Amino acid sequence: MRESNGAVRVGVYVCHCGSNIGAIVDCKAVAEYAAGLLHVAVARDYKYMCSDPGQELIQKDIEEHKLNRIVVASCSPHLHENTFRVATAKAGLNPYYLTMVNIREHDSWVHTDRAAATEKAKDLVRGAVRRVVLQRPLEKGRVPIDPKVLVVGGGIAGIHAALTLANAGKKVYLVEREPTIGGHMAMFDKTFPTLDCAACILTPKMSTVKNHPNITLWTYSEVESVSGYVGNYDVKVRRRTRYINEDLCSGCQECIAACVFKEPKFPDEFNQRLGKRKPIYLPFPQAVPQTPVIDPETCIEFKTGKCKKTCLEACADRHAIDFKLTDTVEEIRVGTIIVCTGFQAYDARRSPQFGYGIYPNVYTSLEIERLVNAAGPTAGEVVLRDGKTVPRSIGIIHCVGSRDENANRWCSRVCCMYSLKLAHLLKEHTDAEIFNFYIDMRTPGKSFEEFYQRLLNEGVHFIRGKVAEVTDWAADPSEEGKLVLRVEDTLLGVVRRIPVDMVVLSVGLEPHADAQDVRRMFNMTCSNEGFFLERHPKLAPVNTFTDGVFLAGCCQGPKDIPDTVAQAGAAAAEAMALIDAGYVEQEPNVAYVIEEDCSGCKTCIPMCPYSAITFREQDKKAEVNAVLCKGCGTCVAACPSGSIQQRLFEDDELFEELEGVLIHA
Amino acid sequence: MSEAKFEPRIVAFFCNWCTYLAADLAGISRMKYPPNARVIRVMCSGRIDPQFIVKAFANGADGVLIGGCHPGDCHYQEGNYKCLRRFTLLKRVIQEMGIEDERLRLEWISAAEGDRLRTVMFDMVEKVRALGPLNWKPAEEKAPVAEEVTA
Repeated sequence: MRESNGAVRVGVYVCHCGSNIGAIVDCKAVAEYAAGLLHVAVARDYKYMCSDPGQELIQKDIEEHKLNRIVVASCSPHLHENTFRVATAKAGLNPYYLTMVNIREHDSWVHTDRAAATEKAKDLVRGAVRRVVLQRPLEKGRVPIDPKVLVVGGGIAGIHAALTLANAGKKVYLVEREPTIGGHMAMFDKTFPTLDCAACILTPKMSTVKNHPNITLWTYSEVESVSGYVGNYDVKVRRRTRYINEDLCSGCQECIAACVFKEPKFPDEFNQRLGKRKPIYLPFPQAVPQTPVIDPETCIEFKTGKCKKTCLEACADRHAIDFKLTDTVEEIRVGTIIVCTGFQAYDARRSPQFGYGIYPNVYTSLEIERLVNAAGPTAGEVVLRDGKTVPRSIGIIHCVGSRDENANRWCSRVCCMYSLKLAHLLKEHTDAEIFNFYIDMRTPGKSFEEFYQRLLNEGVHFIRGKVAEVTDWAADPSEEGKLVLRVEDTLLGVVRRIPVDMVVLSVGLEPHADAQDVRRMFNMTCSNEGFFLERHPKLAPVNTFTDGVFLAGCCQGPKDIPDTVAQAGAAAAEAMALIDAGYVEQEPNVAYVIEEDCSGCKTCIPMCPYSAITFREQDKKAEVNAVLCKGCGTCVAACPSGSIQQRLFEDDELFEELEGVLIHA
Repeated sequence: MSEAKFEPRIVAFFCNWCTYLAADLAGISRMKYPPNARVIRVMCSGRIDPQFIVKAFANGADGVLIGGCHPGDCHYQEGNYKCLRRFTLLKRVIQEMGIEDERLRLEWISAAEGDRLRTVMFDMVEKVRALGPLNWKPAEEKAPVAEEVTA
């Protein structure tokens, strides 16, 4: 590596970024100005600095002009800092002798006055030149990566990510909150637009998960805490007790049959409370694992202690059932984490104009999924809540809770298509007259538009307009006993009243109620809607701002099953890329103690959220553990004597930059 | 710079993970705001030493804006709380130095809030413009004070 040898020679490169910067900032003038600054040996402007010729320009200058500091004024360092560091290193210069100036995102793209924007660019370049003079050569640290992966959430995203990793030979912990994996997809009847049976394509994957030697599956479990850093996360997982020992249970389900409740009596969560279950139950026949759960809220033994415990007898000498079992907490070490915690459906009660919870025959789309399903509460028979009447007319309302200023503003992306699917299935099951009420029909996907065309030919009515209200008030005898949808048909330009027997609300997707807690636990950020934020919307769609934590599925934003699976595969690949590298490079911007100056006052020690600073008793000095330090610099700002510094963000570097941007030389 | 159209000079210290990214997002979204601020990137708002701010005023800044992650959202868990503590104290100190309260501002702006960044920029520039140039002249009689603080 070339060291500075006393004589500092700075090269300044001002990028036009085509016309992105050049149209607003006078790049030539900025380069000419920079050429006159102290220590600057070369200053150039160039069309695309990040292009190969642009990078070669820097490398050639380092060679020819003996440059030992580089300033690149271009886009955000979040985009190309690494590019230019690599280019600098290739020319034999330490990559931390580079500073970037953001004159695109922070300047040309946000300002309109050419003179003012150019002035700003000059100020920023001046600050960077003064700063870079003081920058020191640094080396990246390396920490080994633990090859185990934690996948949080056992929906289709988590299942696919876990299987991809496990098939590649990685050890995976899959943690699911519910008693079974499968997530929302397990509740669906068919999938659009192919009308594949959801269970038929999902359940084989579920059992593969259970039987995979590389997957440790913990259902009915939740991540309780996460600490550590990329490559070495320490995770605590609370395994809630089912009161049935998973290792001893054979899945014969005789305990369920033997329960003192001869008939199922309690609302069944999996079937959207349309069906009934017993206090001891399996959520659905193909649940994975095949271990029932005892619900202490409804079990007589838990409520009174006076149950005959026929389930215990049925379990006989297996002794899998134990009412005294308690939660356990598992502590694991993983290197990477994939978060796929999914979504929750919009609660239709929040839009009372549609009458959900008021009129019994208003259903949510998820309820209809169960109703048309052969394994559902009615064995696939579509009947109203009275249990016998087959609806003769059905209205499906799109965008419930989506694209609505009073609910959620975003489009949930899947509702148009699943509404079409449900229209097809309901038509098939009941031959009822079906009306779809839509704002816009959104079918951007492979074979989606074709599916819409098919539905148009199946005799389903499509009415373009937002339903104003669902009411049981009859305006004439033909509406008696019906639900009436009042809607402006925007294609006809008239307000219509359409009486139906059944209303289906196509509810949107939204972040889980506890998404904020999950986000904090994994140190992620959220977008404005509350979905987890990806590192870059285009180029890092499964990464988060925390290294080693990845995203997949609807927790990142509404999406359909193919997109979810694709994202899960991508997240698995990203995790594998880290694991197979074997180590992670750590940014060298860590804190260090200047021992001669340290008075041993211990101010810094409580500042550190990672307990990276310790007090050395023998010489009464503070000491920073560089592996634990994540480089926030909070201790540096707190040190009363300035004897802790942060590499790359040293006090003198920042003071120089500050003076530089303010004081015209 | 004429009296009628005073353009305040603002120094902004933005944390790398939230507010700096919000400024990037504002750029990507081509939002427009006044060009008065010069952004200095730090990894965390917790890195912002009160000396930086005093130094900024001493070197001719008319206003200083600090941007960090929302409470509870800090990339480093709690650096923004440390920043808030120092900020609260510093507010009192600068007022005793004769610097108006509104010249120093702390805002929590997340990486998704490009729009909010723009609003804050407009607002800050307007408020500082209304105050006029900071006539803080630490050069002669006040020089010892400034040096003491920045030392």
